Amino acid sequence: MTPLPDAGGHFGPYGGRYVPEVLMAPLEELEQAYLEARHDPAFQAELKDLLANYAGRPTALYHAKRLSEAYGGAQIYIKREDLLHTGAHKINNCLGQGLLARCMGKKRIIAETGAGQHGVATATVCALFGLECIVYMGEEDMRRQRLNVFRMRLLGAKVVSVSSGSRTLKDAISEAMRDWVTNVHSTHYLLGSALGAHPYPMMVRDFHSVIGEETRRQILEREKRLPDSIFACVGGGSNAIGMFHAFLADEGVRLIGVEAGGRGAELGTHAARFSGGSPGVLHGAHSYLLQDADGQVALTHSISAGLDYALVGPEHAWLHDKKRAEYCSVTDQQALDAARTLARTEGIIPALESAHAVAEALRRAPAAKGEMFVINLSGRGDKDTDIYRENLRELDEPDQSR
Amino acid sequence: MIQTRIVRLFDRLRAEPRPALIAYITAGDPSPAATPDLVAALERGGADLIELGVPFSDPIADGPVIQRGSERALKAGTKLSTVLDIAAEIRKQSEIPLLLFTYMNPVLRYGLEPLAKAAVASGIDGCLLTDLSVEEAEPYIHVMRRAGLDTVFLAAPTSSRRRLELVAKYSTGFVYLVSRTGVTGERASVSDSAAPLVLAMRGVTELPLAVGFGISTADHVRAIGAIADGVVVGSAFERVIEQNATSPQLPAKIEALARELASGLLSKNP
Repeated sequence: MTPLPDAGGHFGPYGGRYVPEVLMAPLEELEQAYLEARHDPAFQAELKDLLANYAGRPTALYHAKRLSEAYGGAQIYIKREDLLHTGAHKINNCLGQGLLARCMGKKRIIAETGAGQHGVATATVCALFGLECIVYMGEEDMRRQRLNVFRMRLLGAKVVSVSSGSRTLKDAISEAMRDWVTNVHSTHYLLGSALGAHPYPMMVRDFHSVIGEETRRQILEREKRLPDSIFACVGGGSNAIGMFHAFLADEGVRLIGVEAGGRGAELGTHAARFSGGSPGVLHGAHSYLLQDADGQVALTHSISAGLDYALVGPEHAWLHDKKRAEYCSVTDQQALDAARTLARTEGIIPALESAHAVAEALRRAPAAKGEMFVINLSGRGDKDTDIYRENLRELDEPDQSR
Repeated sequence: MIQTRIVRLFDRLRAEPRPALIAYITAGDPSPAATPDLVAALERGGADLIELGVPFSDPIADGPVIQRGSERALKAGTKLSTVLDIAAEIRKQSEIPLLLFTYMNPVLRYGLEPLAKAAVASGIDGCLLTDLSVEEAEPYIHVMRRAGLDTVFLAAPTSSRRRLELVAKYSTGFVYLVSRTGVTGERASVSDSAAPLVLAMRGVTELPLAVGFGISTADHVRAIGAIADGVVVGSAFERVIEQNATSPQLPAKIEALARELASGLLSKNP
């Protein structure tokens, strides 16, 4: 496979640059800065040091023996991105882009956030580098993720509530783009997923590709062979693409992206772009999009704010069409059940996003005896405690023992 | 090839000479039935060209006033096909140039070929897609050219000379210069970025140059009209629609605002 994207940011027919003309110049500037940083030993050394000594890399690859036994099939390994500083994989990309913003002399950072994990990671990096930080967050997501809102504020960030549209991630990105269009000279937009206009999907993927590189090395060391299947949740798809990339050339490794099936198959009740969407353009990129017959972007639903978005990252669209990765979806309830199972059998409470990947792996595990699975556990569940409480009320009784 | 009404308009105004008043309204706001009357009112008030906005759910280049206009139009059931019907309705009474103004996704969904065909049949003269960069525009340009429709692209204060040349190369009818970095919306004064951008663009093209974003008073029109071939006003009209959505006086108020703004169109003769 030739390396993608092409010079214009295309993954086959997907990706590209669909933005107002005002943003073309800063995108070109960012691309230039990134291409230089990619080959700059000093930049790479500083990033590597921060990833190791600040963020806590490499993360463990944990053999979940009790979970494997409980399902009686595949041996399940868990890549512990949840153990990273700030609680999710998002910090990998934020450190990279934070360093890049410093190289470009941008002192003001804006970001969008859904679940709040990217917002927290951005606020953290801005505190570390002494940069001004503004995070756009949908009103509905602020309600769902109160703890993360407070964490961002504690870190010195300004959290701006977005009350337009569906009041979730989509609208937060729109508002961040409007800010960027307005303050383009002073500001770097620290986009948090493998979405948006070129070079973001490529750059965000590259900053997260350390996940897959470590996993590949770790599993070869321990098992002397590659896994049969790898599972990762896909909202924009940054943790998944970071995990998948090191394995793209390994044709025997099945790559499975798990989208949010929400409450059902009807448009507006889920965020399963591959089964319910069609190619379209949103926020700068061409990819699979949940939309109505007139090309209006559809509302989405997921219990996990981080997967609740209408467009999938363009490289995933390409991997889907080329059949190099497969995509499926898991409902809110299945994700909740998987989270409880993982908590009870392994003592690990996953983020609701990551619980989707766990659910799909557990569904397939019993029929996969002799196989080896890896789940990318992209984040931890602390931020979701309120939602777990709302949905697992029986555990909140004074005298519960279930 | 037959010249579009847009090309003929700027040729005529160049002979007068005076700049064009270009009015943007979101089609279907407050209702699809209201739009032809509002366009007629704009024309009576002195607008020379109409940008018919097709509402989109995620208008990233627009400020709050036009965002709310888009929401009202969508709520009133406005689709791209509705806007084409509205254009056909306007064409029954008027020869005013019409430019379809929207985002990429509704157009992709409708299909480039079907849209070009339907646009010509409805009396549309050209299109402007806010989030379509010239880099991605090849298939679109090809289809629009073959249908005889103008393709207007945006140039911005951040555009390099290389980009200005690309924008000029792909534009027909006129070039739309974004007066400042930012989203659409009214501002107290005309941006300092406008004049240098007009000068830079003049250096690379003979096409008429229209300036928009942040222009809302006759004084603004006068200032921009002195340096450009066209002046675009959008949010100021959308605000009048918002404030008078249910009033029978809405067309009269739109006409009055157009007339007030047109008073800023100075003849360029000494």
